[in-house]
Amino acid sequence: GWDKHSYGYHGDDGHSFCSSGTGQPYGPTFTTGDVIGCCVNLINNTCFYTKNGHSLGKCLFLPSQSNLYPTVGLQTPGEIVDANFGQQPFVFDIEDYMREWRAKIQSTIKRFPIGDRLGEWQAMLQNMVSSYLVHHGYCSTATAFARVTDTTIQEEQTSIKNRQRIQKLVLAGRVGEAIEATQQLYPGLLEHNPNLLFMLKCRQFVEMVNGTDSEVRCFSARSPRSQDSYPGSPSLSPRHGSSNSHVHSTGADSPTCSNGVMSTKSKQSHSKYPTLSSSSSSSSSSSPSSVNYSESNSTDSTKSQQHSSTSNQETSDSEMEMEAEHYPNGVLENSSTRIMNGTYKHEEILQTDESSMEDSCPQRQLCGGNHAATERMIQFGRELQMLSEQLCREYGKNTVHKKMLQDAFSLLAYSDPWNCPVGQQLDPIQREPVCAALNSAILESQNLPKQPPLMLALGQASECLRLMARVGLGSCSFARVDDYLH
Amino acid sequence: SVSRLLYLLQQETSSTELRTECAVVLGSLAMGTENNVKSLLDCHIIPALLQGLLSPDLKFIEACLRCLRTIFISPVTPEDLLYTDSTVISHLMALLSRSRYTQEYICQIFSHCCKGPDHQTILFNHGAVQNIAHLLVSTSYKVRMQALKCFSVLAFENPQVSMTLVNVSVDGELLPQIFVKMLQRDKPIEMQLTSAKCLTSMCRAGAIRTDDSCIVLKTLPCLVRMCSKERLLEERVEGAETLAYLIETDVELQRIASITDHLIVMLADYFKYPSSVSAITDIKRLDHDLKHAHELRQAAFKLYASLGANDEDIRKKIIETENMMDRIVNGLSESSIKVRLAAVRCLHSLSRSVQQLRTSFQDHAVWKPLMKVLQNAPNEILVVASSTLCNLLLEFSPSKEPILESGAIELLCSLTQSENLALRVNGIWALMNMAFQAEQKIKSDILRGLSTEQLFQLLSDSDVNVLMKTLGLLRNLLSTRPHIDHIMSTHGKQIMQAVTLILEGEHNIEVKEQTLCILANIADGTTAKELIMTNDDILQKIKYYMSHSNVKLQLAAMFCISNLIWNEEEGSQERQDKLRDMGIVDILHKLSQSSDPNLCDK
Repeated sequence: GWDKHSYGYHGDDGHSFCSSGTGQPYGPTFTTGDVIGCCVNLINNTCFYTKNGHSLGKCLFLPSQSNLYPTVGLQTPGEIVDANFGQQPFVFDIEDYMREWRAKIQSTIKRFPIGDRLGEWQAMLQNMVSSYLVHHGYCSTATAFARVTDTTIQEEQTSIKNRQRIQKLVLAGRVGEAIEATQQLYPGLLEHNPNLLFMLKCRQFVEMVNGTDSEVRCFSARSPRSQDSYPGSPSLSPRHGSSNSHVHSTGADSPTCSNGVMSTKSKQSHSKYPTLSSSSSSSSSSSPSSVNYSESNSTDSTKSQQHSSTSNQETSDSEMEMEAEHYPNGVLENSSTRIMNGTYKHEEILQTDESSMEDSCPQRQLCGGNHAATERMIQFGRELQMLSEQLCREYGKNTVHKKMLQDAFSLLAYSDPWNCPVGQQLDPIQREPVCAALNSAILESQNLPKQPPLMLALGQASECLRLMARVGLGSCSFARVDDYLH
Repeated sequence: SVSRLLYLLQQETSSTELRTECAVVLGSLAMGTENNVKSLLDCHIIPALLQGLLSPDLKFIEACLRCLRTIFISPVTPEDLLYTDSTVISHLMALLSRSRYTQEYICQIFSHCCKGPDHQTILFNHGAVQNIAHLLVSTSYKVRMQALKCFSVLAFENPQVSMTLVNVSVDGELLPQIFVKMLQRDKPIEMQLTSAKCLTSMCRAGAIRTDDSCIVLKTLPCLVRMCSKERLLEERVEGAETLAYLIETDVELQRIASITDHLIVMLADYFKYPSSVSAITDIKRLDHDLKHAHELRQAAFKLYASLGANDEDIRKKIIETENMMDRIVNGLSESSIKVRLAAVRCLHSLSRSVQQLRTSFQDHAVWKPLMKVLQNAPNEILVVASSTLCNLLLEFSPSKEPILESGAIELLCSLTQSENLALRVNGIWALMNMAFQAEQKIKSDILRGLSTEQLFQLLSDSDVNVLMKTLGLLRNLLSTRPHIDHIMSTHGKQIMQAVTLILEGEHNIEVKEQTLCILANIADGTTAKELIMTNDDILQKIKYYMSHSNVKLQLAAMFCISNLIWNEEEGSQERQDKLRDMGIVDILHKLSQSSDPNLCDK
């Protein structure tokens, strides 16, 4: 306590010292066996000591810019001090003290004056909610909300529905169709956003590996329905706090599959069926699909039962589709109807069942385990590589693109892409940032805000708290944004 | 219109809706001024509403209860109206299960109408504890709060209730644990304070040990926090009073409180109302401050009194607090009896310090306002004030002289004639202290002031304390040879009579010992000895006590003998002869072989 920027409580006289050689009468003296505690409150910049669990009251304390370090001064050789930084319960009831401050901060937030001028506040809140719903394309919810609150929606219904459709495609992993639809509905958008297009294509490649993109899925015997499944909440809203960047990267540069990898793969896959390594000789892909078929069929049938009461026609429809998948040729003709079907079903699944994802997990195979699909994927990979080179020529090197491409291609280097260092990409959650980017681009092209105000406010609040923490404003630790998101 | 409403309310034939509306309107009226409530009471609204509680309709019952609640929490309503019919209480207990509103209102009625041990016992005997305990975990905050208040009034200074509460559990949790949870710092202040009161009552009743962590680490710090500047004035008053009660008799709690959060300094702020700022800037604030100023001061005095009751260091810390002695002195002459009483209590507590008696008490001439307080004060103040005076009259106290000069003897003598036992004790006690090593004049003044009749009156007092202090006074009066001879020459006959009487009477050892000591003092006189030597009855008694089974009495009797036979005095030979004739020497021989070293020495 004698030195500058130091504070102390002395046992011999019970005085407290605040960066000065002369102390102030503060508390009782203390000696061997006493438990002395110190609490620095960064919210109101106060400090108090405790003796044997009893708070001795505030002592002189100056808010300091520099960090504080706990120090114990000893006088005679052989003295022993036990330090407790919380590894054992404190004698003083610090939890209770923190409870009080948490309650204080929260009531400050609760009672913060909003200066409401005749419903302005409410109108603003309604606008926040409405714009959020519209942004993410919750069309009917937004309409219902607007009707109840007597507000208007800026964007046209059809526009919202279009966006909704595209987003659903992306989230279902059918990026190719999403690109197609975007080009149809918003001509020129992707041409003007080569970066976005590249991102989408990369994602499409990943989805091909996943076996979900329509371009490979048509080869697969898997029912489209099980592909549609999207884990977790159907909400499109971004997850907070989780960064989506890939941390894992491997040195594998080669975009092509090596045979060695494929043979490993074969050991893991069901021996009964032709594996990728052997598939070079056989082009009849009907048999490998059957196992997946039976598996997905069981998934399907349970679901059909669930749906049967509401839509019989649909059930039969999907059965027909599955029949059709035995004939690789019929795919192209069917594809357009399947898009519609898929979208439609996707909606259904969102509403009723989210568990199907787990069913499809254990039997994952590259491109759905289909040879033709794999070839298509490899071809697509080449096209992607070419696109990358083209972009590089036109706009110069782009490390982000390079990384994206590398990560996507790296998937092929592993026998089980889902359980590899870059396997995270295959997680359907990774569709979200792509989806959000596409959605924002569409909105921007329509001269609408690319971020909903609610997300902006949320982002600002989080950033504000981060800033507070950096400059040492203690109250931020009792005001987490998460506490207010239920 | 009130009577019309009451009529409709009581009409069994009216529809329940109408009767409910009537109760609601009456309830609204009761929310008004005190005069409203008075006129409602005059119309006998309470029996009418209580009658309404017998209805089967819950809405109507709730309306009646709400109205009753409003009336009973008014200060003009006598609480006893609730207890006129014992079936009312049991019916209310039964209604506790009906709805959260009945729970809230009934608990509120109970907590307002429970004044003193009689009410506590009635409610307790009707199963209040069991019926209300589970409401402490109600989902409604209001119900929880009112139930808690009920317990705080039920347990206040009531060992029976307090002892019961510790063992009651709700949902597998004992009540003390539930109270501790309500003490948490994020709970509303009202809840923290009230549960601290419950735990305090339980602790004072001995139901919870004073070293229990729920007292030492929870209740006590919570109450100290209630004294802080951040709390409302009402809360600070209640917090300080409760804390004063909690620590009153336990030194360890006093020590902990004294170091917690600078409590002693914090309390000094209680004297700063109304603050000079508020007087100028804000009339409303001034009014508020003024209203609470007395309460704050008396609460602070009470807490200081408890804090300083036993520990010398704490007393020192209190007195060293800014202007403390001045504040006490001012407090002694305040118009409010409550403040005066608390100030005297504080002074009394501090007067137990020898060092302070010699220093700050003297510096501030504390005796002056104290003597003033003693004139025409109500008994409750007199008791504490006279007790303080006792301490101020101790031999080493420099205040002794001026107090004597200001007519203390007369005042104290009159106290000894009081009906109030505590006052008699304190009066005679103070006189005893006064007489200790006093001058001849003071002693005669005391004797004159007291009169021998009064002295004998006191010696036959039914209270042992009075008797002991009176004997103490006699003993103090009869010290140093000239004084002994002087007093014995004037009052010898009466004193010898009194001594004989006590030695013959049925008294405890201490009284007899004290009496023998008086005899020993008399025996020390030059002429006074003769009063003993010529009194064979007394000599026989001394002889008897020499062979008493109690060593203390033997010792005291020995004192008498040794004073009588002291060699260097005139006529000692004759006295020795006489005593030898009585066979005392034989006893002495026996005693010299006794096991007790003290006796042997003599």
